[in-house]
Amino acid sequence: MTVAVEKAPTAEKREGRREKRPAHHAHRAGRPHAAWALPGVLFFTFFAVVPMALALYLSFTSWDGLGDPVPVGLDNWRKLLDDPRMTQSLWLTVVLTAASWVFQTVIALLLGVWAAGRQRNRAVLSAIFFVPFLLSSTAIAILFYALLDPNFGIIQRDTLGSQSGAFLAIVFVGGWQFIPFHTLIYQGGARQIPDVLYQAAAIDGAGRYRQFFSITLPQLRHTITTSTVLMVVGSLTYFETVLILTKGGPGTDTAILPYLMYEAGFKTYDFGYASAIASSLVIAATGLSLVLVRLTGFGTMRSTREGM
Amino acid sequence: MSHDTLAAPPRKTNEPAREPVRAPRRARHWSRRANPVAGLGAFVWLVIVLIPIYAMLSASLTGADKALTGNPLKPPADPTLDNYNTVLTSGFGHLLSNTAIVAVSVVGIVLALSIPLAYVTVRTRDRWSNAAFRLFLLGVAIPAQAVVVPLYLLIAKLDLYDTLLAVILPTAAFAMPVSVLVLVGTLRDVSEDLYEAMALDGASPLRMLFQLTVPLAKGGISTVVIFSALQAWNGFLFPLIFTQSDGPRVLTLGLFNYVSQFGVNIPALLASVVLSGIPIFTVYLVARRALIGGLMGVGGK
Repeated sequence: MTVAVEKAPTAEKREGRREKRPAHHAHRAGRPHAAWALPGVLFFTFFAVVPMALALYLSFTSWDGLGDPVPVGLDNWRKLLDDPRMTQSLWLTVVLTAASWVFQTVIALLLGVWAAGRQRNRAVLSAIFFVPFLLSSTAIAILFYALLDPNFGIIQRDTLGSQSGAFLAIVFVGGWQFIPFHTLIYQGGARQIPDVLYQAAAIDGAGRYRQFFSITLPQLRHTITTSTVLMVVGSLTYFETVLILTKGGPGTDTAILPYLMYEAGFKTYDFGYASAIASSLVIAATGLSLVLVRLTGFGTMRSTREGM
Repeated sequence: MSHDTLAAPPRKTNEPAREPVRAPRRARHWSRRANPVAGLGAFVWLVIVLIPIYAMLSASLTGADKALTGNPLKPPADPTLDNYNTVLTSGFGHLLSNTAIVAVSVVGIVLALSIPLAYVTVRTRDRWSNAAFRLFLLGVAIPAQAVVVPLYLLIAKLDLYDTLLAVILPTAAFAMPVSVLVLVGTLRDVSEDLYEAMALDGASPLRMLFQLTVPLAKGGISTVVIFSALQAWNGFLFPLIFTQSDGPRVLTLGLFNYVSQFGVNIPALLASVVLSGIPIFTVYLVARRALIGGLMGVGGK
């Protein structure tokens, strides 16, 4: 709104000026130098890219966090491949991410599309739906830690004590927290679908469900990929939930990769091994991001710009 | 003649205006008419959202002695604010102000670094700025967990361990990729003509940034503010690993410590969770439109 209002006078001004001066100077003049990007790039490089490289380096060392790292060659990586907890953790991370994706996408997509309509009470309900997102992951984990307590809680049995119970609890708590956010994303996406499409479909005799599968879903494909990227990256950060809710337990049944890394590094002070776990996390995440960047709107963002 | 031309437009615009305005509205209703199944689903989710919140509020008002006997779904027999008192007298204000310092600093750093970066990416099309943009494109998927060990080494070498800066700097760095992407998306919408006009006026790139780009990119900038503030507010891993003492302890870590401090005093624990939510809930009530609008834009692209 404000954009349109503010654009108008400047545009008029441009028309006025053009008559007086030739326009061809404008192409070069007033472009910022690429060096403007330097502070941001350096900052990000120092705190994110350098540490990634450092993680790879540390994975070839033995380091207790106090002295200096001692190179040990491939020891940590060999240990990683032989560690049954690592295999279990990797599998668990994948299954948890997949289960969270299904749970959150199905509900957020349906809620988002519903909330984009114009039913009565929709605004009020959407406002309430959003409330869980306002609590931090830590607060939410503590809330469910209390509510799932076998003595105090809503369900009077030891949910977190069983493998499936603990796993489902993490999926549910993650969903409870993040579905509001993804609902919002889908609501934004669904609002941008042109009404004409639905009108045309209705004229062709398409019913509500046909319209959903033939128009809404295909039109939301970019939103789905964006939301998926955020979900997948986000589910790698279920660390707080796991740490507070289950401490990786029962046994090691909910020890996802970040938790395993935290234990190796900051519980047993085996930072070399922790770095090997971290490096595999970086490799997986980078591979994932390369794939997803190709699939998402982020990728189109760049190509549109280049085409300008 | 002047009389005619003046009188004609209102009549002209009035009549056709009726249909285009009305028709889409009717069409919207007709294409997205109430869907009872979806409405029921939305109601079920509402219950799922509200039960834990209700149980939390009700339990936080229950006396510690009665907490283990009753069902948290029952309203407390004689509500008490004792639990809130317990939490507030165990250094809650200090945690809150630390978190506020972190959030404000993170937002400041992210804006100061991301805006020029996005500006260059959009305005300058040489390979350096392109490379910079690609760096951040890849950075979106780097999980903070993956670099926490080397960051720990870095923070220790910089002599920042156990300070608020140890939390602020990495948090800001990890908020940057998404911020840069959102800003690049917004800044691209500023028309090239406007820049040309300002260039003809002899405006420097810096003046264009502050007088043209920033005012026109308000939407994207507020999304970035909200996004990075939420990240700073919710951050847990960096404070957990880079701080130790009470001095630089932030809210999330404080909550985590309450778990052991209050032990079985679950009502006090829940009171601390409620208190931790109040500041951001207040912001939500005041700035709901901006907040939701800003975050909605994330998926719009």
